[in-house]
Amino acid sequence: MRARMTLQIAASTISLRAVLLAVALAGVAAASGRAEDRTRNAVSQQDVRAKLGYCKDCHGPLAQGYRGYYPIPRLAGQQPEYLENQLRAFIEHRRTNNIMFNVAHALRPGMVTALAESFRTLNPPPIGGAPSARVGAGKNIFENGVPDANVAACAACHGPNATGNGEIPRLAGQLYPYVIKELTNWGKERGQNPARPDTSAIMSPVAHSLTKPQIEAVAAFVSALR
Amino acid sequence: MFEPQMTKYTRPRATILAIAFLVGCSLAGHAESLAVRNCTWCHGGSAQGYTPAPRLAGQRYLYLEKQLADFHNHTRDNPFSRQYMWAAAANLTPQTARNLAVYFSTLPPQAADDGDRSSRALGRTIYQQGMPDANIVACVVCHGPNAQGVGQIPRLGGLAYTYLKRRLAQWGEGYHEAAGPPMPDISGRLSPHQIEALASYLSFIK
Repeated sequence: MRARMTLQIAASTISLRAVLLAVALAGVAAASGRAEDRTRNAVSQQDVRAKLGYCKDCHGPLAQGYRGYYPIPRLAGQQPEYLENQLRAFIEHRRTNNIMFNVAHALRPGMVTALAESFRTLNPPPIGGAPSARVGAGKNIFENGVPDANVAACAACHGPNATGNGEIPRLAGQLYPYVIKELTNWGKERGQNPARPDTSAIMSPVAHSLTKPQIEAVAAFVSALR
Repeated sequence: MFEPQMTKYTRPRATILAIAFLVGCSLAGHAESLAVRNCTWCHGGSAQGYTPAPRLAGQRYLYLEKQLADFHNHTRDNPFSRQYMWAAAANLTPQTARNLAVYFSTLPPQAADDGDRSSRALGRTIYQQGMPDANIVACVVCHGPNAQGVGQIPRLGGLAYTYLKRRLAQWGEGYHEAAGPPMPDISGRLSPHQIEALASYLSFIK
């Protein structure tokens, strides 16, 4: 079992290597431009605090996420690179969401960077609420993937504790209905700007291959992780 | 307004509706019961509200149940609550409160239609899109595209203009013991004109 898991992680790592390399190269290319942005778009601490309060009006006082009419994702402990990429994705129409387009569109580049950094150290407990019956099945998919459906182990990229890495998001503690919504609608919501392909392409085949029960199982498992 | 992929919790909601319907049916026979009649004295015979008592018909039962509990333990402390509802809820058992909440939630709501038509468009913009530059979030995210509410989050659509306006203003005035974040914080940052616009827009929603 352990050997099989290791093999699968190795295989999935190799299969993702090309994509990750491309992402890394794009990051290097963008780095020089970013340094320039920082000085040009400096924002005051006061403005950042006010904007953070605005984020938390929906995402929860501890950024733990909230079940409104729509599920509002947890931002606490999230990878800054992921958050920054998503805020830019809303602005650049790579990720479609009317509400978050309006929110992100009003942010100066310096504010995007400052906000993205602000959630890393928050660590409230998950809000819970997922059915517990399929957590075991979800754990199995998370750790071993679904070999028959060519689905790599989630842990291979998201990490053994689902804390994410760089542009790959933390999943631990994420809202159950939000994870389901994202995996179900991946191809309709992410990677929507053909002129600007992004890291969301990595997840497309995975999200497409998972069945509804498998999605629910994985969502239940990660939503309870601390 | 929202993309179709922003799915709501269809299945749990269907279950809740089914439960609510069954309980509602069993209570409907008791619509003339003393407890219900005590409410309808002020809230109107079909619970459509009568100034200053708000419409209860079609309100989310979890919201109504929580409000009754908050009146009972005096955490909802705005003037009309103190004046009328603290006494009304003083002797309610949790079970009676729940039965009443479920009963009223099953009655079909009407729209008050009593707002100011000229500020309706501004209200719609604030509700549906928020005011990102002023750090005001879009109400639609929690209260839903048709202001129908969900769970403990109340239906706002069709409530009376004066009621909505008063509630939004009172949070800014410090009456917010019963409401957790974020509503006291958000409404405290709305101008009187913005509050009037929101209350107008919501009063027309069917």
